[in-house]
Amino acid sequence: MDFFFQQLSNGLTVGGIYALIALGYTMVYGVMKLINFAHGELFALGAYIGYSLLVTMNLGGRLGPPMAIALTIIMVASLVALAGHLLERAAYRPLSHSDRLSAVVSALGASIFLQNAIMIKWGAQYRAYGADLLPNVIVNLFGQNVPLIRILVFLFAVVVMTALYAFIHRTKLGLAIRAAAIDQGAAKLMGVDVRRVIAVVFIIGPALGGLAGLLVGLYYGQINFIMGQLYGLKAFTAAIIGGIGNIPGAMIGGLLLGLIEALGAAYVSVAWKDALTFVVLILILVFRPTGLLPERVAEKL
Amino acid sequence: MSASNFQSSALGKLLTYLSILLFLSIPWLLSALGLESAPYWVDVLNNIGLYTMLALSLNLILGQAGMFHMGHAAFFAVGAYTTAILNLNHGWSIMATMPVAALAAGFVAAVLAGPIIHLRGDYLLIVTIGIVEIVRIALTNDIFGLTGGPSGLFGIARPSFFGFKLTKPHHFFYFIWFMVILSLILFNWLENSRFGRALKFIKEDAVAAENMGINTTFYKFLAFVVGAAWAGVAGTVFACRLRTVSPESFNFGESVVLFTIVILGGSGSQKGVLLGSFLVMGLPQILRDFQDKRFLIFGAALVVMMIFRPQGLIPPKPARFCLPEPWAERYGSKGD
Repeated sequence: MDFFFQQLSNGLTVGGIYALIALGYTMVYGVMKLINFAHGELFALGAYIGYSLLVTMNLGGRLGPPMAIALTIIMVASLVALAGHLLERAAYRPLSHSDRLSAVVSALGASIFLQNAIMIKWGAQYRAYGADLLPNVIVNLFGQNVPLIRILVFLFAVVVMTALYAFIHRTKLGLAIRAAAIDQGAAKLMGVDVRRVIAVVFIIGPALGGLAGLLVGLYYGQINFIMGQLYGLKAFTAAIIGGIGNIPGAMIGGLLLGLIEALGAAYVSVAWKDALTFVVLILILVFRPTGLLPERVAEKL
Repeated sequence: MSASNFQSSALGKLLTYLSILLFLSIPWLLSALGLESAPYWVDVLNNIGLYTMLALSLNLILGQAGMFHMGHAAFFAVGAYTTAILNLNHGWSIMATMPVAALAAGFVAAVLAGPIIHLRGDYLLIVTIGIVEIVRIALTNDIFGLTGGPSGLFGIARPSFFGFKLTKPHHFFYFIWFMVILSLILFNWLENSRFGRALKFIKEDAVAAENMGINTTFYKFLAFVVGAAWAGVAGTVFACRLRTVSPESFNFGESVVLFTIVILGGSGSQKGVLLGSFLVMGLPQILRDFQDKRFLIFGAALVVMMIFRPQGLIPPKPARFCLPEPWAERYGSKGD
């Protein structure tokens, strides 16, 4: 039972991180019908910017951990959002009128470019986040011992996702995003500035992905330059599980994938953990390509 | 066919044969010049040749059938491991393992293709990336106790022909480029066959092709399996050239390189693929500073190409067909 609970809490924490990344895929797909292959690299970029701020510039030592973390969160989110915006300008906007597969290849090229830019800037070896940033405390939850960091990471992911959900459903811009996702042409006719919607989506998605990168750095303590590829594929799987284009779906898909992976690693095989994700991805695409919560196409508002 | 056309095509043919001859004498020229680095440059050409073989087989799937397949390294791996296992565990000679490697890779492709062939462009891309990862993880985990785990298999025999053993880079040069020429002939023949014409039609307009009675699923399936089988053949060449196979040789990066070669060169065009292989595999060797930045440049090149020249450097020529006699008289011959 204790072992099961440990896997469960680990799965939910990792799942929260997957969900944050998956949101970026699903938002971009919803509006542009494009898989942003470079999203995983934006996530890795977030992890490395966090590393530069917390380790290289030693913000923790200068400001004290709480202030340092808060400042890092703001910096990572805004810098990765800026990178996402530049990416959209350079690699996707010029292709908005060409055929979809050209855009896919361009996205792939941008992903390869970013991955290697990160490698050249920060090096190919693993980089370690300091261990002293977050207090290494074990708390007692429902009679089980859980590391505090798991709870913090999970709570942070939930808070961010709730805020996003409120933004999408309570604000005018959120309404525009939903409208553009349902039918771009009709949204344009109704006066929605679809270009602006696309720009906003490419700011929010990368910001969330970058924060997920920071969380991975804090949770696992080490990062490397190809991690964007693996996490990107997994988060994409999560988005597909939930039904790509669907925002609550990405949240649920992320948590579900985290659990599948943690329990699979614990009870089936650690060595085959990553293969398990891809098998899930292939099975979902083959048998239920719309995912668990398919995008509602004709939604009456 | 007009006279001037005939002359220019005869001259063209002559030039083509001359340049092939010149190319084939490069190892001899390099050693005649007494260059110390001659074996190294021959080795670079061998590498280019191997990737040309692979890219030509990918071109059938990606360029001609228009399927966004990024898992070619998986089939390459199946071929290489088949050769390694048959040679090391059962003592088969290298050339005898080649057809089996092709069959094994083709078989794996046939099993996988069934459920995924109908997936749309970008979904197919994701699934095939997943397949490469699954294959790599399976090889690393020493599947069936055959693949030797993370360090792979080594000590594969060298190929021999009629008692002549290939040992030096320039031996392999002739072997590999013979295989490249064979690939060119094979894929050229396929392109102009009923099969190739069907693929061309499907790529132009799948719905119209289906309406004309072309079984699109069958032809796509066939392209996938044939392309994979030829990647298996390239796997044999790879295994006996390096004499070792390990999971890291068949990672996602290899698939990216192959994909880049085809897209950059001009998908669907064999000349384009040939040029693409020289650019992608050869340039980093000439410009050494380029080496660690090469993926950075490939990535940027893909983006720039898609914006300014999505059809690639040498796109395939539009097909021309002769009109049958009664129409040819009325409208004039459109064929060359």
